Amino acid sequence: MNERRPSHPIAVCADTAPLCVRGRFAVQAMALFGALLLSACAAPRGTGDLGLVVERATGSVVVVNSSTQTRLAAINGLGDLSHASMVFSRDERYAFVFGRDGGLTKVDLLAERVVKRVIQAGNSIGGSISQSGRLLAVANYEPGGVKIFDTATLTLLADIPAEYDGGRSKVVGLADAPGERFVFSLYDAGEIWVADLADPNHPTIRRFKDVGRFPYDALITPDGRHYLAGLFGEDGIAMLDLWNLDAGPQRILAGYGRGEEPRPVYKMPHLRGWAIAGDYAFLPAVGRDEVLVVDRRTWQEAGRIPVQGQPVFVMGRPDGRHVWVSFAYPKNSAVQVIDTTTMQVIRTLQPGNVVLHMEFTPRGEHIWMSLREDHMAKVYDTATFEELAAVPAQSPSGIFFTARAHRTGL
Amino acid sequence: MNRVSLFFVCILASAGAGAVDIQRQEELRNLLLQDCGSCHGMTLQGGLGPSLKPEALTGKPDAFLEHTILNGRAGVPMPPWRGILSEADVTWLVQALRKGEFHE
Repeated sequence: MNERRPSHPIAVCADTAPLCVRGRFAVQAMALFGALLLSACAAPRGTGDLGLVVERATGSVVVVNSSTQTRLAAINGLGDLSHASMVFSRDERYAFVFGRDGGLTKVDLLAERVVKRVIQAGNSIGGSISQSGRLLAVANYEPGGVKIFDTATLTLLADIPAEYDGGRSKVVGLADAPGERFVFSLYDAGEIWVADLADPNHPTIRRFKDVGRFPYDALITPDGRHYLAGLFGEDGIAMLDLWNLDAGPQRILAGYGRGEEPRPVYKMPHLRGWAIAGDYAFLPAVGRDEVLVVDRRTWQEAGRIPVQGQPVFVMGRPDGRHVWVSFAYPKNSAVQVIDTTTMQVIRTLQPGNVVLHMEFTPRGEHIWMSLREDHMAKVYDTATFEELAAVPAQSPSGIFFTARAHRTGL
Repeated sequence: MNRVSLFFVCILASAGAGAVDIQRQEELRNLLLQDCGSCHGMTLQGGLGPSLKPEALTGKPDAFLEHTILNGRAGVPMPPWRGILSEADVTWLVQALRKGEFHE
């Protein structure tokens, strides 16, 4: 299962053992030395610079180190990861991987192995971890709904079927919110639900109907206050203020493509990881070669930035100075960088064949990009735009670093 | 074989698999799994879009499936692939989907 175990101290340390020890103290000295070296080599380590890269075609994940830009191990047996995402435990040791086949897999990043795996649905799209780190929520297409699990044991605690007049809806855009709450959207029903899991065995649900046609994905702002669901069936975003639920969902950016023919969309944009920079938020326009800019104080459109294709991921560097954009088929091999002070594209990169995902290092000095057809992730310096390293991975898709553990909405 | 039947054999060959060579089939296979797969699932079991497995296509005529791929479907996210895929490509894709050639 593991191709290399970095925690094997003997092999690494043997080379450094001194050869000059002689005489009757030799055995004692060697033993002492060995003990010292062993304890140094097997020292406990942290996980703050670790992450996982999803290998979508082979049902495996690769453990990577973002400080050394190296691949540590591959872990197999995670099922169908053709659409996969993950969240991290509060101690950053474990990843919870949500697979397309409804699999929920707990992975130990230090031991480099699968701890537990359950098949919890027929078809799932993603999940979230609660504020306390005790609960996992998984959004399912089939059967449509949300299931709540204990992070320690992966025991099912609650089942929330997404029932509406037309049957059961696919669930999308699941986000964690402060107060052990999860917010999610019903794709078929056009609803947003807020589930309070303060008592995990008895969830209380607040339903908001008629939020708009086909919410396809959503995000929660990093402060956990605003939940925004992108709508596929109409131009606009449904926004819910979690500090004032009684106000209900409001429509923002209504009719941003008014008067224009809807254009075909060859890959649905992803909203999680949405870029917030100062007072502005940047998001992908559906079916348009544009990034929309929204003023967070008024939630009015503040501008549009022309880009080279239909955006899929629009991600802010942690300091908010730059926004990196990846694209839909067929223009999915280029990445563009927007300067948020001038609202213009300042760089177009061609990292390789088919960029599927991007992930910043915790403070954003580097960005990792997965290149599906090149079977590697590339690492770039975000200040100089230089390519720094290439890390092999088979058909890589999502890249997830453990720093996500402490961010609301990731 | 007389001249007329030879003529029909040629027509059939050019309208069928013969119009999509091995290299193109490989491209289509990749496109189907990777790009169609982003909505229909890489194993074609369905996602935001419906399943494309043979059993899911039973009862849906070839013409309907081919039309859907080429022209998309109004009101749902399915985009038109005309311009990216030729009619011969689409004919080949539908038959290959029916045979279940794309999943293990």
